[in-house]
Amino acid sequence: MTNSRPWIPYLLILPSVAFLALLFVVPLVQTIWLAVSDNGAPSLANAERMVTDINFTRSVKNTFLLTIAVVPVQIAIALAMGTMVAKVGRGRETILWIWTIPLGISDLAAGLVWLSILQNTGYLNSLLFGLGIIGRQASWLSYQTPVALFIAIAVAEIWRGTAIVMVIIVAGLNQVPKEFKEAAEIFGAGPWTRFWRITLPLIRPALQSALILRTVLAFEVFAVVYALGGRNFPVLVGEAYNWQNQNQNYSVAAAYAVLIMIISLAATLIYLKALKVDPERLP
Amino acid sequence: MKHIMSFGILASTVLAFASPVLAQTVFVSTQLRPIEEATVVREELLKDVGAVDYVVEEPPQFAVRMEAERQAGKRTVSLVGALHGELSPLADKDTLEPLDDLAKKLAASGMPQSLLDLGKLGKSTQQYIPWMQATYVMAAKKEALQYLPDGADVNALNYDQLIAWGKNMQEATGQPQIGFPAGPKGLMARYFQGYFYPSFTGGVVRTFQSADAAAGWEKLKALWTYVTPNSTSYDFMQEPLAAGEVMVAWDHIARLKNAISAAPDDYVVFPAPAGPKGRGYMPVVAGLAIPKGAPDKAGAEKIIEHLSMPETQLLTASKVGFFPTLSVKLPPDLDAGVALLAGAVTATQASKDAVISLLPVGLGDKGGEFNKVYMDSFQRIVLQNEPVADVLKAQGATMAKLMTDTKAACWAPDAKSDGPCPVE
Repeated sequence: MTNSRPWIPYLLILPSVAFLALLFVVPLVQTIWLAVSDNGAPSLANAERMVTDINFTRSVKNTFLLTIAVVPVQIAIALAMGTMVAKVGRGRETILWIWTIPLGISDLAAGLVWLSILQNTGYLNSLLFGLGIIGRQASWLSYQTPVALFIAIAVAEIWRGTAIVMVIIVAGLNQVPKEFKEAAEIFGAGPWTRFWRITLPLIRPALQSALILRTVLAFEVFAVVYALGGRNFPVLVGEAYNWQNQNQNYSVAAAYAVLIMIISLAATLIYLKALKVDPERLP
Repeated sequence: MKHIMSFGILASTVLAFASPVLAQTVFVSTQLRPIEEATVVREELLKDVGAVDYVVEEPPQFAVRMEAERQAGKRTVSLVGALHGELSPLADKDTLEPLDDLAKKLAASGMPQSLLDLGKLGKSTQQYIPWMQATYVMAAKKEALQYLPDGADVNALNYDQLIAWGKNMQEATGQPQIGFPAGPKGLMARYFQGYFYPSFTGGVVRTFQSADAAAGWEKLKALWTYVTPNSTSYDFMQEPLAAGEVMVAWDHIARLKNAISAAPDDYVVFPAPAGPKGRGYMPVVAGLAIPKGAPDKAGAEKIIEHLSMPETQLLTASKVGFFPTLSVKLPPDLDAGVALLAGAVTATQASKDAVISLLPVGLGDKGGEFNKVYMDSFQRIVLQNEPVADVLKAQGATMAKLMTDTKAACWAPDAKSDGPCPVE
């Protein structure tokens, strides 16, 4: 039947392709043009403006540092959580449900939750004061405490973003055939050997998806940082937002957007190369 | 049951889509956005002028909407209410209806000509009608007054006294007690343009990198040791004041009002400090304008006239704390917090050394980048401790380029210029 009407699949995917082309490709082309033009003529003035801005180097550094600090921790925690929950029989669903709660919270709300904990009059200071550890309000999020601010943002990001990694990894773990593990046990492989030699290689496709997704999202980090760090911790997307909203210079904002896209694409390509997945293994 | 429900949903959907068909004059405003204030506008200020749809919009979205409607050539908005600086890009693109007849009428009924002239935005015709005005003041908790240095009058402070005050408070309480709104949405840039630069240099653009400016920045660095480091996260000073994080703060009156109105007995409100060149202050003006091609121009003019009547202006002052643009006397039964703020505004205007700093004119859509020059200087000099002279030289070059690009002429307190305002 499909052979007699080969256009049917194309017809069915047409709406989604048209939708994406209209609402993604067109603005993408417009944004790129906005970034590399000045008064209608091609120009690198916006890129130059972006690179020479006082917050550019800081925002690049902060974004990369945050990504490097957050993504590996999230993958490790998610692997640990996924492996632990695999051993649980009853109540597994409930545990997974609780672990995925941060997924349902918007970025900004997550940022505000952590702000209410870490601000001067927040829960953390109240607790420390109650325990007699500090004598008066301590600042954790000011420009004078960059290390505490960085840790606070990293912790908030880890709290908020680990759930999505875990969901992908649990799905990957579920697909690892039991027989392999049983065979390995019979040959006397310990838990560590089984994890390194069997589980990890077999969940490589899931790991790859999780890494790409999380890294791209980490480069796009904004709302949590904006709530906790504001002006004190510039990141790339935050600078794009400032140029668009506060400075009302849409061209420099577009230059930032294009830069973020290039970084994300590069990271994706690196993962695709580095964690090459055998097509035979793809589910 | 199911049928009734789906019928109900259908009916309400139809109603929801059908109701906007009623002819309403759309009034988009970047001012009076919080729900309490918007309700006052809808239910009290606009009660008797017929069907008005009062829509609030954040300033960036406002700019985008106006530009989108301009490019599309299809206006839905008949009347806009926005700050001087937000209307300036619209006038720059020649998208505002001239309002000279209305201006003449209002001048006759007592709107000061100086204020009306601001509404020309540097053009030959009236671009907007001044709607409400406000300014910036300082507020302090009453318990902070005991730390005032000897001989200091809170209503006539200078920078040395403010620094000494900050030092006393820090020594007594163990932490810095002065706060500034230097957060991402705070109005700190206005502090530099309307207060710091006029007070220390007597100018804003011309004197940007002068020796007076360098001395001023050194003074600010000295003050900043007694300013709470959380200032770079503060957007509205009413919150840290009410929460007890700071005792003394500088901000826009509308951003102090909630704390002061909630406990008027706990606060004193007073003018910002004076520097060697006087006591700089900056009036803020919100204006009403009609976009070209507005669907209901007549209705919009009627609303402008209504909002400019003395009764409406007084009601606005007592309900939302923005002051009249007409010369009218405030009623004695004013909200206690608003009365305190009004007292400080009067004290500022009446002080002998006052230096008025007008809002920037002619910057078009570069107002944000103009603010950035000051905020970048602040970040580099005060927060990152870079050498003052180097920073002022680099930022001065950016400023000079901005002025040549926009061809903006100098505005008060800078001396008039023939071409673009020079950075000396």
